[in-house]
Parts: sequence; C-alpha cells; structure tokens
Amino acid sequence: MSHLKLSTAAIAVLAASATAVFAQGREEIRVVGSSTVFPYSQAVSEQFANNTGVPSPIVESTGTGGGMQIFCGGIGEQHPDMTGASRAMKASEFELCQENGVTDITEVYFGSDGLSLAISRESDFDWDLSLSEIYLALAAQVPVDGEWADNPYTTWNEINPDLPEVEILAYGPPPTSGTRDAFVELALWAGCEGLDFVQEGDYDEDWIEENCSRMRTDGPFVEAGENDNLIVQRLQADANAMGIFGYSFLFENQDTLKAVTIEGVAPNEDTIASGDYPVSRPLFFYVKNAHRGVIPNLEEFVAEFVSEEAMGPGGYLSERGLVPLQEARRAETREAAMEGTTFEGPAE
Amino acid sequence: MTDMMDTSANAPRRTSLKGNSALVARRKRRERLLMGVGLGAILIAFTVLFILVASLVSTGYTAFVQTQVTLDVHVDPAEISEEQLPRGGFQNVLTRSVLDLLPDADPETDLRAVRGILSNGAQFALRDQVAADPSLIGQTITLTVPLSDPYDQLNKGNINRDTPESERRLNDQAVVWFDQLDQAGRISTPFNWALFTNADSRFPELAGLKGALVGSFWVLFICFAVSFPVGIGAAIYLEEFAPKNRVSDFIEVNINNLAAVPSVVFGLLALAVFLNWFGLPRSAPFVGGLTLALMTMPTIIIATRAALKAVPPSIREAALGLGASKQQVVFGHVLPLAMPGILTGTIIGLAQALGETAPLLLIGMNAFITSAPTSPFDASTALPTQIFIWADSPERGFVSRTSAAILVLLGFLVIMNALAIYLRNRFERRW
Repeated sequence: MSHLKLSTAAIAVLAASATAVFAQGREEIRVVGSSTVFPYSQAVSEQFANNTGVPSPIVESTGTGGGMQIFCGGIGEQHPDMTGASRAMKASEFELCQENGVTDITEVYFGSDGLSLAISRESDFDWDLSLSEIYLALAAQVPVDGEWADNPYTTWNEINPDLPEVEILAYGPPPTSGTRDAFVELALWAGCEGLDFVQEGDYDEDWIEENCSRMRTDGPFVEAGENDNLIVQRLQADANAMGIFGYSFLFENQDTLKAVTIEGVAPNEDTIASGDYPVSRPLFFYVKNAHRGVIPNLEEFVAEFVSEEAMGPGGYLSERGLVPLQEARRAETREAAMEGTTFEGPAE
Repeated sequence: MTDMMDTSANAPRRTSLKGNSALVARRKRRERLLMGVGLGAILIAFTVLFILVASLVSTGYTAFVQTQVTLDVHVDPAEISEEQLPRGGFQNVLTRSVLDLLPDADPETDLRAVRGILSNGAQFALRDQVAADPSLIGQTITLTVPLSDPYDQLNKGNINRDTPESERRLNDQAVVWFDQLDQAGRISTPFNWALFTNADSRFPELAGLKGALVGSFWVLFICFAVSFPVGIGAAIYLEEFAPKNRVSDFIEVNINNLAAVPSVVFGLLALAVFLNWFGLPRSAPFVGGLTLALMTMPTIIIATRAALKAVPPSIREAALGLGASKQQVVFGHVLPLAMPGILTGTIIGLAQALGETAPLLLIGMNAFITSAPTSPFDASTALPTQIFIWADSPERGFVSRTSAAILVLLGFLVIMNALAIYLRNRFERRW
C-alpha cells in the first residue's frame, strides 16, 4: 500500500504546485490577433523586452477574427490583453465583448499596410490593372451582356484587349483571413462600383456589398491558405500566376516578384501612406483598459507600440513594411492610446 | 492454379517437376515479379525520402553558419557611462566602428544605411559585455557580431549580385561596403551556435531554436510522465486482470479507435477542457504535454499489451505455482520481461508526439516568445510549431532556417527511433 500512498502524495504535490503557479499571476503581456499585425507586435515585443529587461510579451498569430474571439472571452489573467486587427472591430465582435464584460477597450489605429498584387519577374508584360479589371477577373458574378451572371472570363484579353492572352490565375488568402476581407472591401467593392453596369443601374452600397463580395470558385482564383510564403513560391514557379498578399512579402521578394500596378500606381511606402495606392488598409490594435495597471508593464508596452521610434517614419515597424500615419494622426493615436479612450463600438 | 485442379483426384500426384517446365517457368516469373515490385516500392520510398532530405539540406545548410563581422569597438565614455548602464549609446558606438572601416561612407548621410549592416542584436551583445564588466568603458575591445539578414544572404549567395540594382534587396553601395569589409578580413562565417543557444527573434540572424527545444523537452517530459504510467496501468489491467467479456471487448475496440483519432481533435478537446474549463494557461508546455499524452496513451497501451502477450504463459504459471500473488507475478516477472517491448512502443509514441503540430496550434503554442521557458507553465513553442512560425515569416533568412529547424527535428526523430531499435535488439528476448 505504500506505493499507493506515495503515488497519491505525488499527484497531490503536482496538483498543488500547479495551482500555486497559476495563482502567482501572469508576468508577461499576452497579445493575439491578425497575422498581418503579427510581425509588428513581434517587433515591438522584442524591442520592448530588450530595452527594459522585463519578460518578453507573448504574441500569437490567430487571425483577426480568431483574435477577437479570444480577446472578447472575458476579463482576467487567462484572457489576452491586446489583439491586433487588420480591419476595425465588427459590430458582432463588439457585442461579444460587451456580453463577456469586456466593456472598456481602446482602439488604436497605428498605421496602414498595402495589399499587393504581384507577379513573377519572368513575366515580360508590364501589368497595370484597374480595379474594375481586377473585379471582372476575380469576382464570382459580373455583368455579361447587360445581365448579372456568373463570371465567364478565362483569359485577361477577354476583359481588356490590351492585356495579354494569358489565363487568369490568382492565388490569394482564404475567407478567414483579414487580408481577404481587406481585398474584398478595397479591391472588389471599389472595382464593382466602377463598372458601367453598376453606375448606370444606380445600385446602392448595400447592393454592392451583397453582390460584389464573392470571389469566384471556378478555378481562376485559388485559395492558397494563410501562408503567404507558399503563394510567393508558387508565383516563382509559374510566370503567369498572380498573388495577393501583404506589401511586406513583396518588399522582401523584390528580386523575384514585381508589383502589378493598380490604376497606374505601384505600391511603395509613399503611395500607400498618401492613399494614392488604392488597395491599402488600416491596422489596429485593441487594448483592455481593465488590464492596465494589473498586468505588469502593459502601459509601457502600449507606449512603446505608439512611440515615434516604432510607428513613426523610419521607425522599426516601417522596416517591416508598416506604412506610417501622417504626423497629426500619429499624435492623435498616441493620445488615445495613452489615455485609454473607451471605444464606443463600430460606426454604423 | 486451375490446371493443377484439372488433374483427377485419383491419379497419383506428380512429385517431380521435371517435364513441367512451363509451370516452373511461370512460378519463377511470378517470384521475380514479386521481388521486382517489392524492390520498386523500396526504391520509390527511398527516392522520395532522398528528395525530401536533399531539398531540406540544400536550402537549410546555409542556416548552420552565420556571417559575422569583427569590429574594434572603442567604448566611448561620452556615449556610455557606468551610471546609466544598462542604457547607453551602444548602437552609436558600434556604427562608428563600422564607419571607421568604410573610408567612402559619409558619417552623416550614410549613418542609417551603415547601421543596417549590423544585426540589431549587436548592440545588446555589446551592452551585456559592458554591463558585466564596466571597466571596459574607455577601452577598445574586439567584438564579433552577426551581420543583418540581407548581408548574410548576400554572403551566402542567396542575393545575386548580377540582378539589376532596383530588383535587389541590397543596393550597389551596400554590396561595395560588404566587399570592403570582406577585403579587410573582417567577415567570417563560423558555425551558427546561435541557432541552438538563442530563443526566437524577429531577426533571422538572431533567431534560434532554444525556446522550441526546451519547450519540446517539457512537452515530451509531461507527455511521458502522464501517458507512461497510465498506459502501462491500463494495459496490465486489460491483459492480466480484466475478465474477457463484452465490456472489455468494448474497451479494446475504443482504445484502437482512439489511436486512429486525428490529432486536431485532441487539440480541440484540450482547448475546451484544459484551457476553458480548468483555466490552465495558454501556450504552456504543461497543457501541450497533457494533450499529447491523450494521443500517445493508446499507442502505449497497444504496445504494452502486445509486449505482455509475448511473455510466455509458462513463466506466469511457474510463478503462480510457487505461490506468488498475481501482483508479484506481474511486477516481478512479466513486466520486467516485457519492458523492452514497452519502451520501444513508448519511444515510438513519443517520437510521434514530438512531431505533432495541430493540437499545439490550437492551444496557442505557436506564439512568438523571445525567451526560453523555465518551467512547464511558462508560455513556449515546440519544434514543429516553431517551424510553422518560421515558414510563415517574410524575411529571406527564415527560409533556410525553416529547413534547418526541420533537419534538427528529423535528427531527433532519427535518434529516438534508433534508440527504440537498439533497445529492441539489445534486450528483447525470444522464446
């Protein structure tokens, strides 16, 4: 029986020590959220830990939607302190937060990120597309002979005779991705709006949102998963395929990939910051104000995130592809972040 | 076969094959065919394995060395004072020592570009050295620090000098600077120990596997500590004590089914039970170990039962005949004899657990953490999830590091499987 006693005691000790560890409280900040914001949170986390010597904040890439689910799970140590988002919080997510008692959050708009449409350098055509052409190539339904019908186009020259006779093939993110949401809003909706059919038909925004949000599923658009490096590799293998991903991936792979200019504008830091490049999106993070002062160093971490060295022009976030805000906007952001202005929910 | 059936049952069976050469030839042909197919299957398996390893080695081998530069750093008291430590102008001091080596770089306009030659970690290496020994302030010390990723890639030939400047990650000026440093004998490419001694970093040249290795160790430790005793206990009961009836059949079928459940299901279970219900911390190797223990347990139970079955009943009967109790028989005789088989099964189960990714992703073990865990309750990554994170990073340096990390993981798997084979050959007894 001494064996049994010994093992019971061992289990009891293990259980007690486990509880003791949780009871101690969390030392490090926890950040979840968008895979687009992930590299920026990473950078701030590492810089912060190196500068201050505190335990490094733990950053997880869960996707914007997944991050919101975890972030809005409740208040307390087992819930993360911040979430990154490549779009603003949706009304449904805001409600989820409210239901779970996460009522006092601050929204911080810290920069923007360009979405690039890229193609291999092997392709000898200088690609320039309008948003409407992108829409006609990649959307599920388009106007055909005055009718709203399934997308019939298979080669680019069917859309515009000036484009080469090359099969339409684009790799892009799946619907769970914030990048996909942004692409639909910035490229598809805008492209749809610009179509003659829509202009003449005098359709409103609700109609566009309902009818112009679906990517085609008959082959030319391929969902390539969340891993942007895989898309980059496929583009290198196929000179005629295009890829849709964050600007930082194009920036890192400039030797093999080139940008498809959109409405004549190539993506770079200047055009994205000024908004001339049409497919750029805002990046946010959300902080739980109830965790400030409770979780050690959270206040300082937020301060580091919105500091000029991080999100300013030439800051270390811009080295990773972030496009900084205008100066006045940066000051506003910094003020809101540090004062913990309560987010009143998404504008309707 | 049919022509053999044709011979009437009454006729004496021909024992000699002489004169039936067609039959012999066909039998031989079939034998050759079987051998050929078998050999072909092995060849295909080996070719695929070879391609996999070759592609990993060809992209990954560069990550095992790191480009470094040796600098003479004057620890300027004007920039770094003892009172301010650990803060100070370490980066400025380092940048100046690089500028000294580049005669044509302008200290004003090229400052940022020159600073970019060194890894961001260089300043912290200098800081730690000076903080440990403040008497270095005012002296000139020789320091070897890593270069930043683009220069590292240039040195390794992953950035092609022949591509036009506008399409290259480094401009012509940067290439010239690199060549000047190289001609001055400052550039070296030693073995990249940082790959094993550093935790994760957003800078490829600083990123290492320490956090993942320690995390994987804790995960496997917890997994072993839970699944080994429980698995063996269950197997002993089922094999030695349980009555053979419908209930034990039902349990057996379920254990076999459990072994085939996709691992992501265990991840979802862990998310619901361990994290949301028990409130255990996210990303902790403790939770990862528990989750993988659920997965490994059926493997251990099945292996243990097979090993127990292989012990001849004569040993049990002899022991029982001498008056040993059932417990004495099991712990004194059967279990020790079955141990090699049990250990082999356990190691194979743990090797599977080491490479398991999906359940760890669900409990958040794919976080970015720049320090190694000190206990199983600290947030951490594991080897496969670290590979997952690196595979998703845009920087060039992470491409080779991903392959290198896969090679390290494969290395551990080979060691574990070799250990299992060794144990089997060395200790297993045949009756």
